[in-house]
Amino acid sequence: MRESSPSLAGLRQRIARLTADGGLKSRRSEGWLASGHARFDEALGGGLMIGRTHEFFAADALDATSAAAFAALIALRTPGKAPLIWLRTSDAGKRCGHIYAPGIAELGGDPDRLLLVEAADPKMLLACANDAIRCAGSAAVIVESWGKFPLLDLTAGRRLALGARDAGTTLLMLRLNAAPAPSVAETRWSVAAAASRELEANAPGAPAFDLELLRWRGGPAGMRWRLDWNHDENCFGDPALSGALLPLPARRAMASHGAAAA
Amino acid sequence: MRLASVDTAALAVGLRVGMPLADARAQVGDLLVVAHDPVLDQDWLDRLAQGCARYTPLVALDAPDGLILDIAGAEHLFDGEAGLVADIDMRFTRLGMTLRHALGPTADAARALARYQARPAPDEDSAIRRLPVAALELDAEATTALVRAGLKTIGDLASRPMANLAARFGAGAAMALRRILGDAPSPLDPRITPPPVAAERRFAEPLGSTAHATQVLAELAAEAIDILTGRGKGGRHFRATFFRSDGLARTIAIETGHPTRDAGLVMRLFAERLDGLADPLDPGFGFDMIRLAVPRLETLGASQLKLEGGAARAANEGAAMDELADRLATRLGRHRVRRFRPTDTHIPEQAQLELPAIDAPAPLPWQTPEPGEPPTRPFHLFDPPQPIEVIAEVPDGPPQRFRWRRAFHAVRRYEGPERIAAEWWRRRDNGGLTRDYYRVEDAQGRRFWLFRHGLYDEKPDPRWYIHGVFA
Repeated sequence: MRESSPSLAGLRQRIARLTADGGLKSRRSEGWLASGHARFDEALGGGLMIGRTHEFFAADALDATSAAAFAALIALRTPGKAPLIWLRTSDAGKRCGHIYAPGIAELGGDPDRLLLVEAADPKMLLACANDAIRCAGSAAVIVESWGKFPLLDLTAGRRLALGARDAGTTLLMLRLNAAPAPSVAETRWSVAAAASRELEANAPGAPAFDLELLRWRGGPAGMRWRLDWNHDENCFGDPALSGALLPLPARRAMASHGAAAA
Repeated sequence: MRLASVDTAALAVGLRVGMPLADARAQVGDLLVVAHDPVLDQDWLDRLAQGCARYTPLVALDAPDGLILDIAGAEHLFDGEAGLVADIDMRFTRLGMTLRHALGPTADAARALARYQARPAPDEDSAIRRLPVAALELDAEATTALVRAGLKTIGDLASRPMANLAARFGAGAAMALRRILGDAPSPLDPRITPPPVAAERRFAEPLGSTAHATQVLAELAAEAIDILTGRGKGGRHFRATFFRSDGLARTIAIETGHPTRDAGLVMRLFAERLDGLADPLDPGFGFDMIRLAVPRLETLGASQLKLEGGAARAANEGAAMDELADRLATRLGRHRVRRFRPTDTHIPEQAQLELPAIDAPAPLPWQTPEPGEPPTRPFHLFDPPQPIEVIAEVPDGPPQRFRWRRAFHAVRRYEGPERIAAEWWRRRDNGGLTRDYYRVEDAQGRRFWLFRHGLYDEKPDPRWYIHGVFA
């Protein structure tokens, strides 16, 4: 970890000595949630660190789906059957829609891995999140909240972060319709929908995301990426410019006709 | 307004059930009137029945004001029938209830004796024979007819051929008579079926603290799990009933997603439930009995001891996940922790089921994505779909612009229509319109799923809706 000044490094060392288990500096993580996009992962030293908190802010209320899908896809990319625990409040379905498992299946994710938990209010949501991250064996825990989340202050955030670190679970905070604010998260992202690559007959293409790294504890922030999701390879990739690549879906109509004919 | 029920003091001054309230007020100046609430009455009867579970597991409600207890084989625990009745009497009196009881060879006989017993009799059989014909509970006309015919008691009726009674008053009357006499079976419909495994503990001195009660519950859990181990079963439901010395009882239940024999897990779930109770467990004057029942069992093989290594660790993590799901379901309610399951239908909002994770639905295969194709189903689905205002070509052009949640979106790219017709057995009614779905992308790059509800030849002015948002 690069330190911005020697005095800050000294302070961190002091804090590390004070807390018996070493505070946030002692790393027990065993890897990263990688995106599959080489440059993205390299810039972050491997991806989103496991055992840490990562925050995803939707750039706009309308980008809620993009933020949610990005968090879900990066967690569901991991091989195996480890469940993805998704905590939301019961009014979330009305605000940004119900999580639609056939849509997740079409993105290449396995909906059977999803465990949906609906809490009645934000207070209960936080209590359940605290339990969920202390339980090892999940692919990730997504906590979805809408608007300001006054209960999630620095103390509550640190409690979550410590729980995630001790159990080695990853907490993905999905903050929809909220402005980024200081927190103990390892990384903080702003996610927006990006225009997709055009397919034949002006059809929208694969999901595309505009990402901005707002903060990173382990390095410089401010990087931007535009990624699109390739469900065949089960990874994020570079969006090809419109027309720059031979449009793969030239086969689309043919394929379906062929199937019908066969 | 009329009186629905009166107490002994009111009876003494001449008030009767069914009397107009104004008359009653005229008779008694300082009359205390309470509004009649049948729901609360039923609730109270249910609570009393729950408290009676201390005598026997077979307790049936006899609405609106009766309870039937099957005490066969249970009375010796209270020094015989008299002891049991005395115990019930004591507890119900303490609750301020006036009790009228009877013991009988069958449920219907006991019920008739309790409700219609007129004169004392030397033995059970003659007591039943001396019951008035009203005990048959025929309609008022039939009862009057019987009395006019000189048949005043059950005994009178029983001495005559049953066929005549059936011919004159219907088979129901003959059946009721045979039931009271014990010639026909009168099965009890118990409020709760007795559990296959139960452990209980009674205390000479009531327990005053909830903490102590929880400790006893842990011991009972260990006992019940011993029984389960012997049978090779695991419990899915556990039901703890705390009987208070004043006759009431409180039941706390938990359930698990997989059969378990882990006493620690059971107690953790109980602790979770007890912590989350809106009205905490109140010992009142103390608990004098605690029972732990396991109403639902499933086969569970012997478990392997923990081993160091990858497989064991994965199994442990799986178990930890199951426990987490159980704990969250215990805290939030079983319907709030869910898993997804596909259903075989084209109607988008019916294509997935969200089932309680605790029921552990078996996974079914999902639709796999077409290689090279963008997803055709959204990530978020609105159910019900939200109406939008759309500018589109008539009759079946794609949307050009639309307004959703007070914001305008200009459509840059679209694909469609994907035509989804209603199921053929619904097409006739109004809900059976064809939907034309369009996948559209707006100028900001957001992808939406819109549909027109109805074709122009089905409906003059079909409405547009947004059904979902794509990633």
